[in-house]
Amino acid sequence: MSIEMIIMQLGEGMLSTIWIFALTLLFSLPLGMLIAFGRMSSNFLLCNLMRIYISIMRGTPLMLQLLVVYFGPYYIFGISISSSYRAYAVIIAFVLNYAAYFAEIYRSGIASMPQGQYEAAKVLGYSRPQTFFKIILPQVIKRILPSITNEVITLVKDTSLAFSIAYAEMFTQAKALAASQKSMVPFIAAAVFYYIFNFVVAAVMEFFEKKMNYYQ
Amino acid sequence: MNILELQHAKKSFDGTEVLKDIDLHVAEGEVVSIIGPSGSGKSTLLRCCTFLETLDAGELSYEGNKVVTTVEGKAVYGNKKQQREAMECFGLVFQNFNLFPHYSVLKNITDAPIRVKKRPAEEVMREARELLAKMGLSDKEDAYPCQLSGGQQQRVSIARALALKPDILFFDEPTSALDPELTLEILKVIKELAKEKMTMVIVTHEMNFARDVSDRMIFMDQGVIVEETTPELLFRSENQRTREFLGQYHDLL
Ligand SMILES: Nc1ncnc2c1ncn2[C@@H]1O[C@H](COP(=O)(O)OP(=O)(O)OP(=O)(O)O)[C@@H](O)[C@H]1O
Ligand SMILES: [Mg+2]
Repeated sequence: MSIEMIIMQLGEGMLSTIWIFALTLLFSLPLGMLIAFGRMSSNFLLCNLMRIYISIMRGTPLMLQLLVVYFGPYYIFGISISSSYRAYAVIIAFVLNYAAYFAEIYRSGIASMPQGQYEAAKVLGYSRPQTFFKIILPQVIKRILPSITNEVITLVKDTSLAFSIAYAEMFTQAKALAASQKSMVPFIAAAVFYYIFNFVVAAVMEFFEKKMNYYQ
Repeated sequence: MNILELQHAKKSFDGTEVLKDIDLHVAEGEVVSIIGPSGSGKSTLLRCCTFLETLDAGELSYEGNKVVTTVEGKAVYGNKKQQREAMECFGLVFQNFNLFPHYSVLKNITDAPIRVKKRPAEEVMREARELLAKMGLSDKEDAYPCQLSGGQQQRVSIARALALKPDILFFDEPTSALDPELTLEILKVIKELAKEKMTMVIVTHEMNFARDVSDRMIFMDQGVIVEETTPELLFRSENQRTREFLGQYHDLL
């Protein structure tokens, strides 16, 4: 099989990987904000619930979480798993896991904001939502962008964990091809793909960081 | 009518009384300075007047709008609308400026009038440029706060407060974060405002300035007003505590 053929075959896996990556970010970035709000809430129950959630999500392997989300409905509730659920399970597990990491990043960013910014906004008459969205959040985003970049790059590599429930993303495809072709080429192609993917992600994030450099 | 009327103000932090029965009245056009040793409660007093702290007890009204009353020894705040009305009466200038670093100088000044007060942008911009000209910062409207000196930042923050057209302006040690030369430029701006009959309450450690600019001076110590009189009389005070405090500044006088 020629290299073009291999890459063609891997193409579908690449698309799946990019798809997992994009959907995970799309849902976990806002969900993380909600979790961070819950974690910072003065409601004792909500705050501790979120604290426990974050600690479990960060304290157990993502691969295990994937298996639980995928097999859980069958083992716990006896619901038979359809093969189409596999894709959902991947996204659900990734979103739940990454939202916990993002929540902690948001929380530390928000906590690092000086009280004076809130006080100035209050005295100038800004409402609480205006203060948060116009004054606090833009500054928080600038502060946390480097940590977000780290997580996003980790996510690119973590997508390969979908392999553990046999979801046909890039890594699963490469392994299958390597076995059938008895060749290293699929692995090398996969490595090049992940590398380029991360390179692009890093460049995009750097672009955003530069864009926010107009003030200190 | 008094712009600000505060009576029997009490405030404690974790059981320590920081304000013990304070009265503060400010008439229109008056300039009042508050002096006193560190920890005497000057900032707390301003923060209670500007709703950054809640009073434990006392009565507060702005222009006759009674926004805090006391029922059975406890402060009761008026509804949202009353509080908003009261908050529109005053502005506050902070010791460390608290400009919004992600906004340009012009946007720092215009954002609240446009976003909060919903005033027409063009008019707000024009007034903001006039304020900047008055502060000697016409060439800085596109700069960001981090590109300005401390004195320039403080002038922007004064312009930001003035853009909302407050009836009374509070200053909490507006020059304490500044070098001596930069201090002078801020004091000049405040004197200019005093000439225009802006009503102001100024917490400061600049005794000469306070004496020059104030109609009335208040000396606070340990949460009480020890003395409240004209600058001339305060500097000739017979009161032991006042004399001791002012004594530290004698080399300055
Ligand atoms: N948020 C707070 N929590 C607990 N204690 C506080 C708080 N704010 C002020 N205090 C205490 O209240 C007292 C008065 O503080 P305040 O800041 O009003 O003094 P000040 O007269 O402004 O002093 P300075 O000249 O140093 O600014 C101090 O003992 C201070 O430690
Ligand atoms: Mg103070």
